[in-house]
Amino acid sequence: MSTEQILGLVTGIFFGFLLQKGRVLRYDKQVGAMLFKDMTIFKFMLSAIIVGMFGILAMHDMGLIKLSHKAMNVGAILVGGSLFGIGWAVMGFCPGTSVGAIGEGRWHAVFGAIGMIVGAGVYAELFPFFKSTVLSWADFGKIGLPEVLGINHWVIAVIFTIITLIMFRWFEKKGI
Amino acid sequence: MSEQVQNKGGESTGWSPYLAGALVGLLAIISVYLTTTLMGKSNYLGASTTFVRAAGLLFQSVDPAHVAENAYYVKEKVKVDWQFMMIIGIFFGALISSLMDKSFKLEAVPPTWEKRFGSSIAKRAIFSFLGGIVAMIGARMADGCPSGHGLSGMMQLSMSSFIALAFFFGVGALVANMMYRKGQ
Repeated sequence: MSTEQILGLVTGIFFGFLLQKGRVLRYDKQVGAMLFKDMTIFKFMLSAIIVGMFGILAMHDMGLIKLSHKAMNVGAILVGGSLFGIGWAVMGFCPGTSVGAIGEGRWHAVFGAIGMIVGAGVYAELFPFFKSTVLSWADFGKIGLPEVLGINHWVIAVIFTIITLIMFRWFEKKGI
Repeated sequence: MSEQVQNKGGESTGWSPYLAGALVGLLAIISVYLTTTLMGKSNYLGASTTFVRAAGLLFQSVDPAHVAENAYYVKEKVKVDWQFMMIIGIFFGALISSLMDKSFKLEAVPPTWEKRFGSSIAKRAIFSFLGGIVAMIGARMADGCPSGHGLSGMMQLSMSSFIALAFFFGVGALVANMMYRKGQ
């Protein structure tokens, strides 16, 4: 294995370990959040985002790393985001968690994972069609929220954190 | 293990999602730093591109010429890269963790689904499979999933990720509530 592959494998082992410890690999947790009955995946994701955000913004300010925004392509995000939402609700797993779910024995996630490989193949075949339709509507490129709003990234990070902490308090109060 | 809190199902409840999540944030920071230093490229946690590469690798064994000519496989590069190995790692990490705290369980149909739609494995399998197809077409179109957009994009304050996550979850919540509406 190359350095790149070993690094990926080790990162994945830690990632899978933590996803399992946070109990977010369950169909019941994912659909539970969509039904507003169990917000575990939100507690997990938002905690990861806040910690990661401060580290990544700081390393970027120091010139240690590069940011890698995904394009704000209107059709891609709106149509793709909606399609993903439909599939996510029906399958009950997202791509990363489906693999982890199989790891903790929830083997029914295999069918979703196979479906996703098929879906990726279908997308590859339909790519020229999507490129000339949905993907060509409007593309604002790889932009960050700070540039769009004209507000310093640290201000946004602090506001984001405060809103998240208020949400956490609300989750705990409601017992969800 | 024995000191862990047991819930009513008799299964250990794991770690606080706040703690496990915060540690994933730390992992993301370390991982971006290490990939930048060791690979010369800032890699962020993500998952869905690997499914394209897996499809490409499988398809390649049947029709290599087609994969070599397909614009999307050329764009995403069909190879076992950092993210591909990370996805394999997720499987092992979850396996190790669940064996350690004895939460590993062979499950054919998830409890929430079973209560609403019954215990048929075939029914669950068909819906999972079809849901998987739709979800992945969406994820590839949006160029990310709840890992790539939801975690990594949000950490970087990407414009597209805020909107993508809102649609992922908003539409997901709409569909899930339709599926689980009472009296149907």
